[in-house]
Amino acid sequence: MKNPHELIEKNVGLLTVLVLFAIALGAMAQITPLMFQQQTMEPVKGLKPYTALQMEGRDIYIREGCVGCHSQMIRPFRAETERYGHYSVAGESVWERPFLWGSKRTGPDLARVGGRYSDEWHRVHLLNPRNVVPESNMPGYPWLAENVLDGELIADKLSLFRDFGVPYTDEDIAGAKAAVEGKTEMEALIAYLQSLGTHLK
Amino acid sequence: MTTFWTIWISIITLGSIAGSYMLLRWCLSNKTGVKEGESMGHEFDGIVELNNQLPRWWTILFYITIVWALVYLALYPGLGAYKGLLGWQSSNQTILSLEESEQALQASIESGALVQYDREIKFANEKYDPIFAEYAKVDIETLASNEEHADVLKVGQRLFLQNCAQCHGSDARGQNGGFPNLTDDDWLYGGTANKIVETLQRGRNAMMPAWLDAFGEEGIKEVVEYTLSLSGRQVNQALADKGKTRFMACAACHGMDGKGNQMIGAPNLTDNIWLYGGSKRAVTETLTYGRNGVMPAFNKTLGDDKIHVVSAYIYSLSNK
Repeated sequence: MKNPHELIEKNVGLLTVLVLFAIALGAMAQITPLMFQQQTMEPVKGLKPYTALQMEGRDIYIREGCVGCHSQMIRPFRAETERYGHYSVAGESVWERPFLWGSKRTGPDLARVGGRYSDEWHRVHLLNPRNVVPESNMPGYPWLAENVLDGELIADKLSLFRDFGVPYTDEDIAGAKAAVEGKTEMEALIAYLQSLGTHLK
Repeated sequence: MTTFWTIWISIITLGSIAGSYMLLRWCLSNKTGVKEGESMGHEFDGIVELNNQLPRWWTILFYITIVWALVYLALYPGLGAYKGLLGWQSSNQTILSLEESEQALQASIESGALVQYDREIKFANEKYDPIFAEYAKVDIETLASNEEHADVLKVGQRLFLQNCAQCHGSDARGQNGGFPNLTDDDWLYGGTANKIVETLQRGRNAMMPAWLDAFGEEGIKEVVEYTLSLSGRQVNQALADKGKTRFMACAACHGMDGKGNQMIGAPNLTDNIWLYGGSKRAVTETLTYGRNGVMPAFNKTLGDDKIHVVSAYIYSLSNK
């Protein structure tokens, strides 16, 4: 063969393998070490696992696509910390699977929204945001107040997260269904929102 | 980061750079068997591919990126645990509590370490702290009433719009459903400067119990009639009279005359200003299920100096 480069140019299979190899080098240097780093595995001092109700709220947060418009990641810039509070640190997210950091801020960041508003404000706001913030373009979620949780899956969810290393006790899991049964989705979501960012103390 | 991962990252990173350099060198030599500038033997519609070298300007750019990468890796943290000659970091990412964060911030400000976020805070503090300290020297009543402090009130308004308007509205007139109007002279917990600061610092938790169990539905109707009569509304007098005896229970917080108690945030029921609506239906709902108004605490979010300025703005709204 006159030109060895022709071998790659005319063989798509080989080209694909070599491209994957080049990308894998980046992933091996940047991603793999993070999985074994103390910093990304050690929880902040006050970190508590989500209660059963908060966990249901988190799933509703995912279902309704809140992450599409709200990030949960306060970056270390003064312009952000003045508005949202202390910047997010890795130790707060060690039990998050999947994490909901998001990358789109149509609405404000919610990483530390816990305790910022009253439960009642959240209720009114989720029913119709314009009742409290006239210029808001967030949709209303009135069905959350009507849908009632049956708690069928919550024990499974908690024990799944325990398998990931979240310290749930047997009592937590045994009492999970009773803790959420009969509660509305609205209550669950508000419980979740009120817990966000409150663990870094 | 452990030594193993530092070596792992360094080998891959530096190896990739070395590999790129060698690939570039290899591509620069002529391996086609065709002399430079001569045809490669492809022709289409009179267009001929010639054997040309990689363009010189492109090749030089490639060398520059390699040099850039090496300089960057020497100055900044890129190779595992190596922190770089500049000691730069974006923020104190390893902190595990707010206390540790504060210590790390002070430490890096004192040592002048190149922590980007901490530097930003330091410059901002140097710029704004003296301004807010000046404001803090003047008492709230003066800030609110004095023309020469108009700028302070503008700052206060800006802070109000960012932190308070979500509940109290951008005009501070509140909203139905438990978010009080701050521009009138009707205060739940008191409208003196000190009380406003206290409310902002510590937050407020109101507790109106549910009365359905104690009064029963009939009883609630009676108390509603009596409550409405307190602000001079036309009511069913027979029911209201019965409600008056039951109102003894309400008087513990709202007072015998229904004028409320600012010590515990019990609203005045005689002034026809309603936090949750003054319709018969709304008052019935309040009595039946109770209300739990919450004003969050802002001492951590805003800090003393900013609360001082926001308080001055709020104070000015009802003390023109």
